[in-house]
Amino acid sequence: MTDTALSPQRAGTNPFAGLMAGTAGPVAVVVLAIIAIWYMAAVALNTPFQRDVYQRGNQADVPFTQLIADTLAQDRPVLPAPHQVLTEIYETTFEKKITSKRSLIYHSGITLSSTLLGFLIGTSLGILLAIGIVHSRVLDKSLMPWVISSQTIPILAIAPMIIVVLNAVGISGLLPKAMISTYLSFFPVTVGMVKGLRSPKVIHMDLMHTYSATRIQAFWKLRLPYAVPYLFTSMKIGMAASLVGAIVGELPTGAVAGLGARLLAGSYYGQTVQIWSALLMAAFLAGSLVALIGVFEKVTLKRMGMAR
Amino acid sequence: MTKAASVKDAAMADPAPHSRSGQKNTVIDIQNLSLTFETNDGPVHALSDIDLKIEQGDFVSFIGPSGCGKTTLLRVIADLERQTAGTITVNGVTPEQARLNRAYGYVFQAAALYPWRTIARNIALPLEIMGLPKSEQDQRIAKNMDLVNLTGFEQKYPWQLSGGMQQRASIARALAVEPDLLLMDEPFGALDEIVRDHLNEQLLQLWAKTNKTVVFVTHSIPEAVFLSTKIVVLCPRPGRIYDVIESDLPRERTLDLRETPEFLKIAHRVREGLKAGHSYED
Repeated sequence: MTDTALSPQRAGTNPFAGLMAGTAGPVAVVVLAIIAIWYMAAVALNTPFQRDVYQRGNQADVPFTQLIADTLAQDRPVLPAPHQVLTEIYETTFEKKITSKRSLIYHSGITLSSTLLGFLIGTSLGILLAIGIVHSRVLDKSLMPWVISSQTIPILAIAPMIIVVLNAVGISGLLPKAMISTYLSFFPVTVGMVKGLRSPKVIHMDLMHTYSATRIQAFWKLRLPYAVPYLFTSMKIGMAASLVGAIVGELPTGAVAGLGARLLAGSYYGQTVQIWSALLMAAFLAGSLVALIGVFEKVTLKRMGMAR
Repeated sequence: MTKAASVKDAAMADPAPHSRSGQKNTVIDIQNLSLTFETNDGPVHALSDIDLKIEQGDFVSFIGPSGCGKTTLLRVIADLERQTAGTITVNGVTPEQARLNRAYGYVFQAAALYPWRTIARNIALPLEIMGLPKSEQDQRIAKNMDLVNLTGFEQKYPWQLSGGMQQRASIARALAVEPDLLLMDEPFGALDEIVRDHLNEQLLQLWAKTNKTVVFVTHSIPEAVFLSTKIVVLCPRPGRIYDVIESDLPRERTLDLRETPEFLKIAHRVREGLKAGHSYED
């Protein structure tokens, strides 16, 4: 009611104005729309199989409501309904022990660990490459083309090679998968940091020159602080890419463990519900990790006095 | 620009020897200095045959229309640009050596404060680079913030201050280096007239108190006449000195001075110089 008192004309023209003011309203609308479309698509895609079942069972004149209910309750649907996926996620997270091979938490944990390791190595590598590229013309000319062309190679093709080669030299387990995460995540960090480290205004660089600052001083006192916002942005992209890398890295290992393994096993046995629950879990994981970086970003920029 | 024309201009500039007081030390000595930028459209003669001597304790203004090379000349003194011909010494050595000796403080057109540093930390920046001990840094920060009337704003970030206060902070930052030479590139150009008047007065007081040498770039005639002991009028294409005016106004000055006939006489001569330097264009 206070809302009406404050802005009578706005509330008068659109009764939903208050609801859509924050971020919660619009997000909820989009989520509801996705769920509605998902249900409709599930019914449409699962109907042919359901009609086959009815035909084989010599069931005629099945009421439409029954058809809809059945298409949303198949064991191996073409497209599982949202509630089927959510039930599967609930059962494989809360009702299984974390150590169990059927627990989604167990698999997520494995993917998460290689994601984080790969992300850490990738970010460090990216920052080091960027520092080299910014400070040396030779490195700029020689490294940058390779950095860019590295990302034109399909990761699905190179991932098995990395796993195989590393296995041949006796490295197995977490590290080979993390290397693929590294391969994907160093790129956005390198590009973002090169841009960030080069972003100081001319006047700020001139100022350093009048102080006769060394390159190291100019780096720590000017270039690096300037690059911090760029670093966070590219780390968000790098983190998402890192998770993709970890999942791709789990595919050629023979589907032992991890979200990638769940995806592969699901597709072997036609367990679409399992595939979708692993997908949702991966999306949730990526979203949380990116959000976590966002929190770090906010805190850091605030402590640096750059957030107003 | 032909060689003959440049020579004529140099003659018009008349760099008369300043022999009024023999014991003055020459801080900046510029002889036959030229600077040509090579661009895609051919060479641009930013500075041509500059001859100028600046002595200890002088307050020298460079005034001229945009494109006359006044900022470029200041940047050559600061070793931010290199001349392509002629010689220049600052404190008897090359500008590069003078910069390495931290002979000057430079105030830019914009405050150029680092947004992630508080005002106190911004002033500390050159002191950190010089490697001064912490206690010395703190003492110089307090002293210079007081000098520009910013005491109490130590922990504020630049965006929390007005433009005039930011520019004062940047002056404090230049002064914290404790240079004998202050190079200022249109430091008050972006400020409104009232703030500018106020800062002009403060700057004069500061200069009177410290006996520093100041080289000041401006395009405001009243500002140049009010502040300077010597006004260098430059004109463009190629950038060269048109006139050098020694001001006989007293060193102690207040804003009322601007109404006096002596002030207006000098201002008139500066204006005539600017007009003459411009005339061949239109």
